[in-house]
Amino acid sequence: MKVTMNVNGSERAGDVEPRVLLVDYLRTNLRLTGTHIGCDTSSCGACTVLVDGEPVKSCTILAVQAVGRNITTVEGLAQGANLSPIQVGFHEEHGLQCGFCTPGMMLVGASLLERNPNPSEDEIRWAISGNICRCTGYMNIVKAIQHAASARAAAAAEKPGVPVTAGAAGGGE
Amino acid sequence: MFPAAFDYRAPVSLDEALTLLKQHGDEAKVMAGGQSLIPLLKLRFSRPELVVDIARIPGMNTIKRDNGQVSIGALARHVDIERSKELATSAPMMLEAARWIADPLVRNRGTLVGSVCHADPAGDWGSVVLALGGEIVAMSQGGQRVLKAADFFKGPFTTALNPDEVATEVRIPTARGHTGGAYLKLERRVGDFATVAVAVHLTLDGNKVANAGIGLTAVGPQNLKATEAERHLNGKEPTDEVIAQAARLAADVAEPKDDVRGSAAYKKDVVRVFVQRGLKTALARAKEARA
Repeated sequence: MKVTMNVNGSERAGDVEPRVLLVDYLRTNLRLTGTHIGCDTSSCGACTVLVDGEPVKSCTILAVQAVGRNITTVEGLAQGANLSPIQVGFHEEHGLQCGFCTPGMMLVGASLLERNPNPSEDEIRWAISGNICRCTGYMNIVKAIQHAASARAAAAAEKPGVPVTAGAAGGGE
Repeated sequence: MFPAAFDYRAPVSLDEALTLLKQHGDEAKVMAGGQSLIPLLKLRFSRPELVVDIARIPGMNTIKRDNGQVSIGALARHVDIERSKELATSAPMMLEAARWIADPLVRNRGTLVGSVCHADPAGDWGSVVLALGGEIVAMSQGGQRVLKAADFFKGPFTTALNPDEVATEVRIPTARGHTGGAYLKLERRVGDFATVAVAVHLTLDGNKVANAGIGLTAVGPQNLKATEAERHLNGKEPTDEVIAQAARLAADVAEPKDDVRGSAAYKKDVVRVFVQRGLKTALARAKEARA
């Protein structure tokens, strides 16, 4: 089947069997290998991407279901050489060890901050509760998302009226 | 891991979907969010010839009040229920239950109606809809059927839906007067299936129970309605003794199995404890609710 969708701001077209999962389409057809396959059973969240700004498991959605949608993968977070606030947060707060869960964690964090720019620690932990870190480095992941929230707030205070995004193209809600 | 090959259609009208189901019968499978179906396809427990994706049919994602009921459309997702202002007043227990469904990522795609039709005995929504006395609206080319939740679940992954029917909505009676509910779930970690969960619903008339509803999750071949326990409560003042006896009657209905989540005896006792706690919470909420 012909499929077209917007991936990280670009229209991408392809031809896939209906049974192809979005994660395989992104990794194999579009060569966007930042999206990881972890459990492949809808349990771990390593394959998280944003569909119209909302985090979903790309191992549990068919590519054909994403036709016409806006997809954001980890490759879509940075603007050229400029890291997005969520990426800076993970860098500054050592929000990763092995890095396997990191793309999913960052996308969930970015999407959360679009919807709720000043989340409590509980709200952050709630938001990432579908994403498993096999290094169990949750404390620094929470700090990284808090760092991004502060950075966004500071940037917004500096330039009132200019929206600061966490890199989630398509926005939260 | 990917599914066996299938044909895929994404109709943009209900009529078109019903025509496809009429043509393909039980070789076709309806998909809404796909959060239960896609894992089954990947494991090849399910190998339909045709997947009918109803997600592009407009107007089916609504949650709206109508004539003493609130209607939850086939495409309303768990997250929509979790954040619904309408349900916060008309069926607040549903917001509490929604937060227990899978994890936030799954809740962004999965639907209540899809989950009810999937009819996993460990599914959460079946018990909620049973406790609240809900109905399932089934459409086919032949017309519409309205099925009571109590008549809908037929066994593990089996419902009263015919192969040519689409469940278009679930209807829940809106809360009236002194009504309260609670959803209690024991799970090993976020996203796991329930070890045990219970849905409890009470409406008071003065100091007596006018209507009680109790649904049980993961303790039988399907979501169970604890009819004897409900009957024991109806018409009585919900004293501690009455509640304790209702909880015992609910546990009597449960037929859990030993598995990695716990022994049958343990799960049966969790049913008793949860129904007792749930009834007390529901009672307190019902007393607080505005008449």
